[in-house]
Amino acid sequence: MSEPTPAPGGTPPTFSLDGHDVPFEAGQTVLSAALAAGHYIPHLCYHPEFAPHGSCRVCTVKVDGHPAASCTAAARAGTEVDSRSEEVLEMRRRLVQFLFTEGNHFCPSCEQSGSCMLQAVGYALGVTNAHFSPLFPNRPVDASHPDVLLDFNRCILCELCIRASAEVDGKHVFDLSGRGIDKHLIVNAESGRLADTALAVEDKAMSVCPVGVILRKRRGFRVPIGERRYDAAPISVVALQKRPRPSTAPREG
Amino acid sequence: MSLPLEKADHPEKLRRIAIDPLSRVEGHGKVTILLGADNRVEQVRLHIVEFRGFERFILGRPYWEVPVMVQRLCGICPVSHHLAASKALDAVVGARALPPTAEKVRRLMHYGQILQSHALHFYYLSSPDLLFGFGSEVGKRNIAGVLGAYPELAKQGVLLRKFGQEVIRVTAGKRVHGTGSIPGGVNKAVSRAERDLLRRPLDEVLAWAEGGLALAKKLYVRHRETYDRFGAVRSNVLSLVGAGGKLDLYDGTLRARDADGKILFDGVACDKYDTLLEENVRSWSYMKFPFIGALGPDLGWYKVGPLARVQNCDFIATPAAEAARQEFRSMTGGAMVHATLAYHWARMIELVHAAEVIGELLGDDDLGGAELVASGPRQKSGVGIIEAPRGTLIHHYEVDAQDLVTMCNLVVSTTHNNQVMNEAIRAVALEYLDGHEPTEPLLNHVEVAIRAYDPCLSCATHALGKMPLVIQVLDHEGREVGRIQRDAAELS
Repeated sequence: MSEPTPAPGGTPPTFSLDGHDVPFEAGQTVLSAALAAGHYIPHLCYHPEFAPHGSCRVCTVKVDGHPAASCTAAARAGTEVDSRSEEVLEMRRRLVQFLFTEGNHFCPSCEQSGSCMLQAVGYALGVTNAHFSPLFPNRPVDASHPDVLLDFNRCILCELCIRASAEVDGKHVFDLSGRGIDKHLIVNAESGRLADTALAVEDKAMSVCPVGVILRKRRGFRVPIGERRYDAAPISVVALQKRPRPSTAPREG
Repeated sequence: MSLPLEKADHPEKLRRIAIDPLSRVEGHGKVTILLGADNRVEQVRLHIVEFRGFERFILGRPYWEVPVMVQRLCGICPVSHHLAASKALDAVVGARALPPTAEKVRRLMHYGQILQSHALHFYYLSSPDLLFGFGSEVGKRNIAGVLGAYPELAKQGVLLRKFGQEVIRVTAGKRVHGTGSIPGGVNKAVSRAERDLLRRPLDEVLAWAEGGLALAKKLYVRHRETYDRFGAVRSNVLSLVGAGGKLDLYDGTLRARDADGKILFDGVACDKYDTLLEENVRSWSYMKFPFIGALGPDLGWYKVGPLARVQNCDFIATPAAEAARQEFRSMTGGAMVHATLAYHWARMIELVHAAEVIGELLGDDDLGGAELVASGPRQKSGVGIIEAPRGTLIHHYEVDAQDLVTMCNLVVSTTHNNQVMNEAIRAVALEYLDGHEPTEPLLNHVEVAIRAYDPCLSCATHALGKMPLVIQVLDHEGREVGRIQRDAAELS
C-alpha cells in the first residue's frame, strides 16, 4: 500500500473516523491526526512530546476491522477507523479496569484526584467499577527524596517518566524491572532509593506522570476542587486543548 | 470492675433481647438486654460492632493526605475530621498561627457543618420520637411521617441542612468529603460572589433555627417531668472552651467540670490531652471507654457534646444563642442538667449559634484574603482538637523526617460518651422494660435515649430513612421464641 501524496495546495489525504473525514500529513498516526482534527481518542501512555509507545493499548481502535493501537498505527488514506463502537469501547473499558485492578487506586484520598488521566479516562469511558477482583499489591512508597514522593501504588507502567528522564533529562533515573504481572517501576540507584538518584524537581520526568506516582512533596491538595485539570471540562475536551500541562499541577506557596 | 447492670452474674440463663442494628443513628451498633425471671432487667449493653482501622492504615502515608483520607470515617461529620486532622498537622508544619483568611474560612466550614449535622439530627432522626411519642405507631415514626404531619417543620429541617451543606461546598469544594483545609491553612478563599450567595437566605435560616429551638424547648417544658428523669445520668462534662470562657466549637483549651459544675481542670492546652484522659476497653465492644485519669475509670467518665458544652462554657458570644443559654440554665437555677433529653434543647441552642456565627463570618472581608497558608519550623507531632457536632474530637499524629505518618491516635466524639450512653440505656431499661414483656414501642425507648446523644457509631455513612431492625427474643438455650422485624423495604 502506498500513501497518496497530496498535490501542493491540494486537499490532504483523509481517513474516515466514525464517519468523519480526518485529514493527515505524512508520518502522522491515527491518534495524532485525530487529535489535531479535534477528535478525542482515549489514551494514557501517549504524550505529544515523545515517540509513540503503544504499551497501554487504551487508544485501541479498529482499522478496517482490525484492532490496532491508534498511537502507533500510521494514518492511511481511505481507511475506516472505528473508535466508538460498543465493541471498541468495551475493549477500552476492560483495559482501564485491568489498570485499576492491578494497582492500588484509592481516588477518594489521592492528591491527583481531579487531575489524574487514569481517573478522567475512566469517567470518559463510563467505568463505574473495577469489574475484576483487585490484586491489592503491596507497594511501599519511596519518601527518601527530600522533595519528591514516589507512590508506586498508582503506577500504570506507561514509561513516560522513563522516556522523559532518558530522552530529555539525560539521566536515566527510572526503568522497569520484572516480567508480566511482576513488572514494576524502579529507580537508578544501588540502594534502590530515589534519594540516591540524580532526580531533580526541575526534571522533565517530574511533570509527565499521568497518574499520581511522581509527586512534589508537601503540595498535595493545594489546588482547590473546581480548579483541578478535569474539573471544568472532561478529558475529551481538555485533551484537545493544545497546551500540554504538567501532570501534578502544583501550586507555588 | 463492672458498673450495675453492665454484667449479669449468670448470663447464660437469661433471656436475651437484641436491638440490632439501632435505627436512626449514624453507623451500626446494637443493644443487648438480658432479662431474668418476670422480665427483670439484669444486663444492658450498647455494643459498637464495627471495626474501622483508620489509625492503622494511615501509617506510612504522607501527612498532607491525612485530612482528606481520615474524613472518610464519616459521611455526616467529615468536616470535623478534616479540620481536626488539619489542626494537628498545622502543628507539624510549624504553623503556630494561621493567616486570618485561613482561620475564618475553616471556622465558616466548621459552623456550616455544625448547622447541617444538628439539623439532620433534630429534624430527621429525633423529631419523629419527640413529636409523635416514644411508643407511637412505628410506621409513622420517621421523617416521612413528620413530612406528612408537620410539612412546614420538615421542610425547614431539610432546608437548614441544605444551607449548611452549601456553606461546606463553598469552603471545602464539595458538600461531602471536600479538600478545602490543608496543613497550615486552606486551599481557597471565599469570593465576594460566594459570600453574597450564602448571605441571601440568612434571615430565613436564622428564623428557622430559632423556630427549631423554640420547639425543642417547648417539648422539654411540656413533658418536663418525663424528660428530667428519662435516662438521666449524672456525670462529669468535658469540652473545649474558647477565650474568656466563651463557647467556641473550632478552637480553645480543655475544661472539665464535675457533675455539680465544679471545675476539675481548665485552660489545658490541646497537646496535653493525653496527660488527663485515659481509655479502658471492654471485651464486648469495639468502642473504648475514656475517663479522666485522675478520677479513675469508675468515677472519671464524662459526657461531651451539646449538653456538656452549653453548660461548660461561661457565655455564648452571639445574642440569640446566649439568651437561649441563659434561659436553659435558669430552668434549674444554674444547677447542672444531666437529663439525656436535654441534649436536644442544648443542640438547638448550638444550631442557632451556628447560624449567627455564619452570619457574622459572611460579613467579614478577611474571608476573601490572599494569604492562605502559614508554615514554620517542622515538628515531629501534632494534636488537633475540635468540638464536632457530637462532642470533643481529638486527632494526634507523629510524622517522620520523610514526611510519612508514623503514629495516629483518634478519640472520636461518640467514644467519650460511651459510658454515659450505656448508663442512660440502663436507666431507661430499668424504668420502662423492667418487669414488662418487651415490645417494639418499649424497646424504642432505649433507642430514644441513645439517639439523644446523636452517636456516630462507626463514623460511617448512614442511609437516609429507617434502617432495618430485628428484635429477636431467645430463650435460655438460644432458641428463638419471638421476633419483631422491620425491613428496610418498609420505608414509607
